[in-house]
Amino acid sequence: MKSLARLSHTLGPLAGLVAIFLLFAIAGPESFSSSSNLETIARQTAIVGSAALGMTLIIISGGIDLSVGSMIALVTVVIAAMLQAGINPLLAALGGIAMGALCGFLNGFLITRLKVVPFIVTLGTYLVVRGAAKGFAHEQKIDAPLTWLKELLAALPPGEGWRIVPWGVWLTALLALFVAGLLIYTRLGRHIFAVGSNEQTARLCGIPVDRVKVIVYVLGGAFAGVAGVLQFSRLTIGDPTVAMGVELDVIAAVVIGGGSLSGGEGSILGSIVGALIMTVIRSGCAQMGLPNWVQEMVTGCIIVLAVAIDRWRQRRRT
Amino acid sequence: MSDVPTPRFAMRGIRKQFGATTALDGVDFDVFSGEVHALVGENGAGKSTLMKVLSGALRPDAGTLELDGIPFVPRSAADARRAGVAMIYQELSLAPHLSVEDNVMLGMEPSDWGLRRRSEIRRRTVGALELLGHGALDPSERVGSLPIATRQIVEIARALAVGCRVIVLDEPTSSLTLGDIEHLFGVITSLRNQGHAVVYISHFLEEVKRIADRFTVLRDGRSAGSGRTAERSIEDIVALMIGRRIDQMYPKTTRMPGEILLDVSSLSSPPKALDASFTLRRGEILGIGGLIGAGRTELVRALFGLAPVAAGTIRIKATSGWRSPSDRWGDGVGMVSEDRATEGLALAMTIADNITMTLRKDAGRWGFVRPSRIDRVARDWSARVGIRTTGPRQLVGALSGGNQQKVAIARLLHEDVDILLLDEPTRGIDVASKAQLYDIINRLATGDPPNHQQPKAILMISSYLPELLGVCDRVAIMHRGRLGPAHPVAGCSEHTLMLEATGQGGTA
Repeated sequence: MKSLARLSHTLGPLAGLVAIFLLFAIAGPESFSSSSNLETIARQTAIVGSAALGMTLIIISGGIDLSVGSMIALVTVVIAAMLQAGINPLLAALGGIAMGALCGFLNGFLITRLKVVPFIVTLGTYLVVRGAAKGFAHEQKIDAPLTWLKELLAALPPGEGWRIVPWGVWLTALLALFVAGLLIYTRLGRHIFAVGSNEQTARLCGIPVDRVKVIVYVLGGAFAGVAGVLQFSRLTIGDPTVAMGVELDVIAAVVIGGGSLSGGEGSILGSIVGALIMTVIRSGCAQMGLPNWVQEMVTGCIIVLAVAIDRWRQRRRT
Repeated sequence: MSDVPTPRFAMRGIRKQFGATTALDGVDFDVFSGEVHALVGENGAGKSTLMKVLSGALRPDAGTLELDGIPFVPRSAADARRAGVAMIYQELSLAPHLSVEDNVMLGMEPSDWGLRRRSEIRRRTVGALELLGHGALDPSERVGSLPIATRQIVEIARALAVGCRVIVLDEPTSSLTLGDIEHLFGVITSLRNQGHAVVYISHFLEEVKRIADRFTVLRDGRSAGSGRTAERSIEDIVALMIGRRIDQMYPKTTRMPGEILLDVSSLSSPPKALDASFTLRRGEILGIGGLIGAGRTELVRALFGLAPVAAGTIRIKATSGWRSPSDRWGDGVGMVSEDRATEGLALAMTIADNITMTLRKDAGRWGFVRPSRIDRVARDWSARVGIRTTGPRQLVGALSGGNQQKVAIARLLHEDVDILLLDEPTRGIDVASKAQLYDIINRLATGDPPNHQQPKAILMISSYLPELLGVCDRVAIMHRGRLGPAHPVAGCSEHTLMLEATGQGGTA
């Protein structure tokens, strides 16, 4: 009975996703539930979804990261520059992810050493990293030679239908499994929950709280790096002005998926579902010919509604 | 006796129950205008519950409150204040970013169409401060920049400015220096002379004797006695506070103290813990008594690496000096925090997560953890220490206080530490759970030779003297940051310990 209640905590957002999907499938045009549109939805979710993996860890630990969008932009610029310099695409992608991890380390280092709250530190790095991307790119888009990196998130070419979705989506799914496993099956994962649930208790139990936080922000940066690779795949150029405001979509995905901004709560499945919900609304509204402003208002309402329902259920449980 | 004056404020037959525990069992208390009436009692005697009833935070199950003979039912602290009863708490309730005058009139600002009448705010603030002999205090000063003693004056001024006639001071001197205390007593005396009724709650009996006209002793939720302070000695009041004899609640099997596990000398962690030296052997329970705020908690926090060590040495095994909590677990030391809700336990996490939170031995190679193994550990300990639960995945916040505390202790047992630091392990739990905890603690100190379990060394802080005498082998008292010598319990009584804790002991 108790485990059912806990399960419903994760299943709630999933049920919401199914309901919203069915709504569009019934009310919207037939093309909405076509396999090509489903593939598009998956592709569009991959960028926010992969960044949401890291954000889930950060939010469970009781933190927040506002610099994700800026990191994505910096990563696209770094990858483009490396490709231009003739570096192997795989190394360029790994270099981009490393750059994200470095930015994450900066966040974690400042938060734990300066004892400044994450909101302020990452509000600062949000500007610093964006500025660095623009400076590095001389305020221009950087062209890059076409490589297989663009295939990561490109629509499937005919004859490759056996892959169902492009490699970039598979990569995101695989990473999601990896992070979900990390949270449930590793000591680090349990420590992340403990730090977010009650930092003082964690300290009492000898958990190296600062080290856990730094690791969490490094992972958050690395996953922003993955999102940057996928973003680059879509753009095929380095653009220092891309992904403006994406951090808010990423945070929204985690929160819709049951993450609590006061820490200690959240799940990978929930966050992925949260990211999907937002893409489905966007796609569905577009297919129904609704203007952009309607999508935005609907998405905004869903965010508040999802959290309100979650809080209401928790109050009833206790 | 027909001309008996009506008390300014009176409580009659106040009863309050929490579940099976009776916190207040028919308390009578009154205070007349122009009088200081002290309310004394050991920690846990029911003072704080009584204050919550008085301030409207709790509704009594039975009994009445009267203000000038008229029944009075406060629904909130603001309600009580409007009616004329002001509470001045230990932790002052001022907004540090606001000015003195804005604090004094907070929530009661005179205004026209939402615009504050600044001149009236200023006038009433200055008026109240002058009554307290602090007319020179700048009303536009930010409260956050004032010293504690002055903030207390601001808080009292707030009570006067809105016309309160009953002023309740809860442990007002606990964070004051001696000079500030003298000053505060001057203020209290002038309040009384102006015809205010003052309720003075304190542990410090010498203060009560000096400042109060009458006293009432609260014990186990009842008024155990009252009288005029001038007619009673401090020893009389102590006897009323203790009252009852130790019963068979405390099992104590024969213990065999072994080698010294913890050797502390001249340990200091300012500002609260100033000087402590003691040794703790395997198979022994050392109790540390004293009043709340005496520095006991700070002492164990320094031992466990949660507070800095300014001077002195802590010798555990081969190490000495400050170590982090993580190191301490490695040294075989575990701590149960006095504050279950904010530090001891993560209430929103499961029993299994809380017991195994240190994860020092449940994680396999590469830091992998098997949830099923953690659940098994939790089920095992739940059975062994008697945690009443629906299962290992139950949230700790859903358990009773006694069961929560067993989870906190199970964490140390699972870690199999040698030295247990228990800070107020029985605070806020019911009598039945207390007895179970005493049994667990006794068995830990005795060891379990058939199962090759060695006895543990236990340091236990408690504010409840009967418990210290019943559970411990030796007891030391801390008074204003200094730890006295450890006495074998055979040579102690609640009376001598209480005298020492209130600074009357005259210990050499």
